[in-house]
Amino acid sequence: MSLLDVTGLRVRSAGGRDLVRDLSFTIGPGERLGLIGESGSGKSLTALAVMGLLPSGMTASGSVVLDAPGTGPSEVVGAPERRLNGLRGRAVSVVFQEPLTALDPLMRVGRQLAEPIRRRRRLRGAALRAAVAAALQEVRIAEPGRVARAYPHEISGGQRQRVAIAMALACEPALLIADEPTTALDVTVQAEVLALLGGLVTARGMALLFIGHDLAVVSGITDRVLVLKDGEAVESGTVREIVDAPRHPYTRSLVAGARHLDSALDWTNR
Amino acid sequence: MRPAMRVAASSPKAPVPEAPAADAPARSRWSATLVAGCVLAGLVVAVAALSLLWLPYAPDDTSGDRLMPPGAEHLLGTDKLGRDLLTQLMIGARIALTVGAGSVLLGGVLGLLAGLAAGFATRWLDDTVSALLDILIAFPTLLLAMLIVAVRSASLGSAILAIGLGMSAIVARLTRVLVKRVLAQDFVTASRTSGTSWPRVVTEHVLPNIWPTLLVNLALQLGLAVLAEASLSYLGLGPPPPNASWGRMLQEAQATVLTAPVGAVAPGVLLVVLVIGVNLIADGLRDVADPTRRRTR
Repeated sequence: MSLLDVTGLRVRSAGGRDLVRDLSFTIGPGERLGLIGESGSGKSLTALAVMGLLPSGMTASGSVVLDAPGTGPSEVVGAPERRLNGLRGRAVSVVFQEPLTALDPLMRVGRQLAEPIRRRRRLRGAALRAAVAAALQEVRIAEPGRVARAYPHEISGGQRQRVAIAMALACEPALLIADEPTTALDVTVQAEVLALLGGLVTARGMALLFIGHDLAVVSGITDRVLVLKDGEAVESGTVREIVDAPRHPYTRSLVAGARHLDSALDWTNR
Repeated sequence: MRPAMRVAASSPKAPVPEAPAADAPARSRWSATLVAGCVLAGLVVAVAALSLLWLPYAPDDTSGDRLMPPGAEHLLGTDKLGRDLLTQLMIGARIALTVGAGSVLLGGVLGLLAGLAAGFATRWLDDTVSALLDILIAFPTLLLAMLIVAVRSASLGSAILAIGLGMSAIVARLTRVLVKRVLAQDFVTASRTSGTSWPRVVTEHVLPNIWPTLLVNLALQLGLAVLAEASLSYLGLGPPPPNASWGRMLQEAQATVLTAPVGAVAPGVLLVVLVIGVNLIADGLRDVADPTRRRTR
């Protein structure tokens, strides 16, 4: 039984253009799928469609079935807001690309993080504060007390993304969607955050839908990859298959690009 | 094949840069502009408060000589009907503040509600509200005031109603844009992905984020409302006598401005003091209300 079952998903803009066409994939419990493609290929829209959070004017058709423990199987496309609100957080939650805009600039970090914890675990007062500190420690934030009291602009980009990850994990979802969570970070921080994300997802037995444009990053954290181009899936398979024997020209150029960087680094290391 | 990992591995592990700040001593929440504004506006508020307790003469007391210069008997002199100028000035302060506060309250509440509705609305409802607001804003406040006075007769309430209605359109348009901008932010989507309901999104994220800008705008609107009340009174559309208003004092002193300048200068000076004070408060509030500006200055 799969956790997320997307069949024939189509996302149409207000102008009647198809932004995502006939997309199908499934994610089982604990599985990790990478969604890779260039910007504008419909990666992020797919993630939003899975949550029923498409921008106003856009419409989804096809079928998106979420079947998380505790919520039962439910169809997302066309579901009423009330039903969706029960699914969001419990079944799925998201880590966004830009950690600065993903946090409310006028709310202290601790309070933002407390919100999902309060809702999910029904904690209050001292217990809630302790849970916030524990959540911050879990994402390896060195001074949880100071960070909890800070506003988002007062902490570093890497710390902000760690906080965003902590917020998404605090919902204890069955499926975590990571929408280019490391693109806005510099390379060393990127590697740390990826390792952290991978470790936490494994530790909690969550499924992961990882969205990215960098094959090296996506292949490092997922088992299977789906390659999107102009809103259509052009290729899918295990990371090994895609890297060793890419069939579609776009996938080949992705692999070649990653290899090129790799060999360039080898050359400079020599 | 993991090039990205390799990059990380090949470079020395740099510690994540830590931003200082949260434990730095919090800067004083009072800026110099705010203090200056409060002093100036406070002066007028004090005069208005005093007028409730004590007045040198009754507002309709015409026992003094006409157009007396400032002296011991009448501190600021008298007007052309022999009424004490200080008395009128003090009542005028009360009227200016009442109309200012009343219209900001009316315009603020109406504008915020309409703006929130328009901000959340999509398609036809948003278009309708926006078109209505544009018409209201294009409609001159003075004309609106004349219409209201024609229907309800000139009074304190009519002035508040006219200025407040005109203001509500401006506040609503600002609120609509602010709400739309906040709703487009990732943190609203992020909050909704964790299952936060709409009412909670409004109270937790939308209102706190639009509040600083809205508050500054309302303070500016208060200054404009005071000026608008003076204009209405100058034209005879304000509260009728014996409620002295600065606008009407200016109008009455117009003919004798060269022989008895105090009658025109005194209300003019107080008007400027109040408006500058309120504008300085607005400026100071902007610095205080925004945490990113609070520490970087």
